[in-house]
Amino acid sequence: MISIFQNYGGLLLQGFGQTLICSIIALFFALVIGSGFAILEVMPNKLIHGLAKAYIELFRNIPLLVITMFFYVVIPMYIAKISGFAAGTIGLTLYSSAFIAETVRSGIQSVDPGQMEGARANGLSFWQAMRYIVLPQAFKYVLPPLGNQFINLIKNSSVLAFVAGMDLMYQGNVIASDSLRSMATYLCIGLLYLIITLPLSYYMRYLEKKLAA
Amino acid sequence: MKKVYQKLGLLFALVVMVMSLGACSNSSSKKNVLADDKKSNTITWGVKADTKLFGLMDVKDNQIKGFEVDLAKAMTKQILGKDGKARFLQVTSQTRMPLLRNGNIDAIMATMTITPEREKQVDFTRSYFDAGQAILVKQNSKVKSVKSLNKKGAVILGVVGSNSVQNIKKFASKAKVLQLTDYSQALTALKSGQGDALTTDNGILYGMSVENPGYVVRGGAFTKEPYGIAVDQGQTGLKNAMNKALTKVEKSGQYNKLIYKWFGHVKGFDLKEAYRQ
Repeated sequence: MISIFQNYGGLLLQGFGQTLICSIIALFFALVIGSGFAILEVMPNKLIHGLAKAYIELFRNIPLLVITMFFYVVIPMYIAKISGFAAGTIGLTLYSSAFIAETVRSGIQSVDPGQMEGARANGLSFWQAMRYIVLPQAFKYVLPPLGNQFINLIKNSSVLAFVAGMDLMYQGNVIASDSLRSMATYLCIGLLYLIITLPLSYYMRYLEKKLAA
Repeated sequence: MKKVYQKLGLLFALVVMVMSLGACSNSSSKKNVLADDKKSNTITWGVKADTKLFGLMDVKDNQIKGFEVDLAKAMTKQILGKDGKARFLQVTSQTRMPLLRNGNIDAIMATMTITPEREKQVDFTRSYFDAGQAILVKQNSKVKSVKSLNKKGAVILGVVGSNSVQNIKKFASKAKVLQLTDYSQALTALKSGQGDALTTDNGILYGMSVENPGYVVRGGAFTKEPYGIAVDQGQTGLKNAMNKALTKVEKSGQYNKLIYKWFGHVKGFDLKEAYRQ
């Protein structure tokens, strides 16, 4: 295992960086898009609710690999040339945003409706009430499941390997076939994923405790 | 105190995991594969299932078909006798080595080039097919040969774990090489414009151009890629039996029949060069 790190340190580092960048981009946009659709889904307007629901159900129920392959193969054929890294990151963002939307929606709905009514009665608009009263409470409720989604997102970023996205898993495949030592290579790869996910997992737990107090 | 125990438990679990993984990596290398195969009257071959002409899964009846599969069947009959059974397991360039080493397959016949690095890990028989690396491009592509790919901005597609992605760096060092998981994926990527050319052994590329009329093999072969059958290190009995069986299949003319069956209709393929006495 140590020799893998010594001989292929550059490749591993490059893969680690790509995985990290992809995860951060996807995490940010998935959180923004997901929260947006969660709010749209709880809006009283039937049409908006329906559209948001359709988006979530679509991306939640198609395998990530299929979404990614769609962006890697179909989009370049007809619309614009995008790299494997971009295709993978877009796929990962859309896929994760659907799960995050569902998580955040459950959080919004677990906030007592009286909170919203009270805020509106005090003269806040729907968006103001959402922003200042409902969402802060909702996020507190859903922090644990949201943390799960974040960790899943990072692990799912290994889908980039299938579209030559140069991520950790891709470099793992390359190293394993070059060194002919698959066991040691994939152990190294697993370890490097842990380096990203474990601190996140602990941070989420810390955040949970802090907000619960 | 409870926390300390928790942490110790976690560490212990990790250690056990790593050790068990390490243990299973070298447990199966001591037995005699040839004797086991004779007892069970079966040889398990690792073959490709995504490579037209060599080994391709036929979706109609779920059987892998191709030159390598037929050759493996013929050789199995030579080694085990008329009633010998050949079992086929689908492998990729990435999975074939681990599967051989942990004993899931007895031998690899999966378009595997004999190279010095690989010879450190497995034992090869002599070559059963002499391929050479080439490139596949779109019919209207400006790429004339591998030399025109040696520039910045050119993207060459290959398959991870194949010998050709290592070689191409020598011939087109300035191009970017993308390694995809298998040949059908690499071809799909070529079709959707993710790269300028697909590189691998010509035998495989001919198979792709047969299926996809808009794509052609350009510039001829620029390396020599002798395919060998790989067995686990130390299985000398099995290796010798395979070499003998290969000679018999070649001498009986069965080999040439198989070459004709699979490559006879391929445009640009030189049958005479592939035939063996």
